[in-house]
Amino acid sequence: MPNRTHSNGHMLASLEKVPTGIKGLDEISGGGLPKGRTTIVSGGPGCGKTMLGLEFLVRGAVEFNEPGVLMTFEETPEEMTRNVASLGFNLKDLADRKKLFLDYVYVEPSEIQETGEYDLEGLFIRLQHAVETVGAKRVVLDTLQALFSGFSNPGILRAEIRRVFRWLKERGLTAVVTAEKGDGTLTRHGLEEYVSDCVIILDHRINDQTSTRRMRIVKYRGTSHGADEYPFLIDEQGMSVLPLTSLELGQGASTERVPSGVADLDEMLEGKGYFRGSSILVSGTAGSGKTTLATSFADATCRRGERCLYIGFEESVKQLERNMKSVGFDLQPWVKKGLLVHEAWRPTQYGMEMHLLRIHKLVEKLKPRSVVIDPVTNLITGSTEKEVHAMLMRLIDFLKGREITSFMTSLTAGGDNLEQSEVSISSLIDTWILLRDAELNGERSRVLHVLKSRGMAHSNQLREFVMTRDRIKLIPAYIGSGGVLTGSSRVAQAAREKAEALVRQEEVQRRQQELDRKRRALQAQIDALQTEFAAEEEEMRRSIEQEQERAQTLEEGRETMARSRGASPRSKRKAPMAKAAGHGR
Amino acid sequence: MKKKSKGAERPVAAVVLRLYVAGQTPKSLAALSNLRRICTEHLEGKYRIEVIDLVKNPQLAQGDQILAIPTLVRKLPPPIRKIIGDLSNTGRVLVGLNLHEGAGGLRARAAGG
Repeated sequence: MPNRTHSNGHMLASLEKVPTGIKGLDEISGGGLPKGRTTIVSGGPGCGKTMLGLEFLVRGAVEFNEPGVLMTFEETPEEMTRNVASLGFNLKDLADRKKLFLDYVYVEPSEIQETGEYDLEGLFIRLQHAVETVGAKRVVLDTLQALFSGFSNPGILRAEIRRVFRWLKERGLTAVVTAEKGDGTLTRHGLEEYVSDCVIILDHRINDQTSTRRMRIVKYRGTSHGADEYPFLIDEQGMSVLPLTSLELGQGASTERVPSGVADLDEMLEGKGYFRGSSILVSGTAGSGKTTLATSFADATCRRGERCLYIGFEESVKQLERNMKSVGFDLQPWVKKGLLVHEAWRPTQYGMEMHLLRIHKLVEKLKPRSVVIDPVTNLITGSTEKEVHAMLMRLIDFLKGREITSFMTSLTAGGDNLEQSEVSISSLIDTWILLRDAELNGERSRVLHVLKSRGMAHSNQLREFVMTRDRIKLIPAYIGSGGVLTGSSRVAQAAREKAEALVRQEEVQRRQQELDRKRRALQAQIDALQTEFAAEEEEMRRSIEQEQERAQTLEEGRETMARSRGASPRSKRKAPMAKAAGHGR
Repeated sequence: MKKKSKGAERPVAAVVLRLYVAGQTPKSLAALSNLRRICTEHLEGKYRIEVIDLVKNPQLAQGDQILAIPTLVRKLPPPIRKIIGDLSNTGRVLVGLNLHEGAGGLRARAAGG
């Protein structure tokens, strides 16, 4: 009974599955649809049943080399081909390459007259023919219930439908049978009673005027499967189902750091910035500088040559470019190089899941290293806290799984206690930066602080957040006896301090000058004394010389007199001269 | 109007009927004998019957949109009409083929043409 496979060692005894190739569906169904069994896909009109079936076939043919048969009871192959051409499915090409067999079964009750006994052998013959023509492994019947309108004998019909299911199973065909949802039953004609292996219900719901498609696996015999309702999306690339949460917390943790783009902020985060692959939340009231901080991060990412996906819900790319120029960010070169991919759409454009899916798809396509969502709160307007939590968890899980650093801004209503109002998401966030207003002396200024940052010794300081013509500056706020001073109060305080310093400096200078002056005065005195002494010395010498001359003259006079007296002069002449010199000095 | 004929009694057939069967099942055999009987009784040879066995030619089922077996298709005169079942109810077959009241007209047209 259960197919045994050796391809998946651990699933040896469990049901073998066939991947659908539909994004997310294989994940929630644990590998795909049951192989060789029939799956019923039920839902209201326009909920995407046909789409699911068709994508199952096309992906099977293209990606898994499993040809398929599409038997449609409602649309002609031409209509179908045209309808799905916009999704990038070329049915005609697949049919030409014998990868796909399209058969349109036309049931028009008014053209059929019933006389006597019949069966639906024709259906089997056509199915058989189709399966043999392309060697099909997959079959889609869309919508089998259309038969009920064509034939009046429900007894025959039920027997034949049962036979169809048996027929499919006997041939080991993996089949998808679509069915309309009935009142209180999974399908309108109770088809599920014939097939009980796998039943998937699709739903299309309007909540607050936004529609969300949801999928639920009601039943999947012999296997575990996600039992929740999963939102899904049909867009240009087909269908994608969004698993609510990844089952484990198995992400790696990078120790690599990425700068925030604000040097002062990096300094607060151990001087290195955020962890790569971490989730960063910046919350603040309107006009507190969230977008500027986000842009700064985006700019830093691009500066490293990495790609950044910037999802904005408030400004178009042109607006952002213009506005950020005023604070010194030139984003245009990054946009041109393809490093900065800015996607802007209206938050009201889709429901929450659709936003999420769109982000998923963009990330898969662009493979950015950083994602900025500005503001994330716009995504979640009108949702309950639980939904918000679930959605952000999915998003963050998804990004972390790919080691993408996520930077989200959150707009908080003024007056609320910020920490409290966002308690629902705080547990998901690695680094939470708070921007708040400080109102003082009739002035409002911005204050930043790091509320938490997992895995690093971050600064607990409050810093003033200043946007200048040359990017962001974080200035340590003045913290004194009067509390935290920011803005002009801080400037005033700084000015006061500066004035005091100036006064002190002047005093020092004055003293210095006085000292100089004194030194100069003293020097002058010394000079004067020296001059005076020199003059005196000169005077002395002159008087000594005069004295000597006089003494000599006297001596000579005496000699002359002695000579004139006739005495012997030579022996007595030297003594008075030595005596005169000793007296003079 | 087709001149070629296989199983028909006359070269010009006003009514062309195609019976789809799948192998020699009791229902198929019953349908064929019922059809032959009705035709001889009501169409007096101005008809042609083609029997297509889908087991041998499965690709032909798509053209006439055959689901039920047996199915009788009135190819001519237009519009195309379909009757499913073993044709055991003669009255309903005649209504289905729209020959009950119009048979005379058809006959007259065939004779004139």
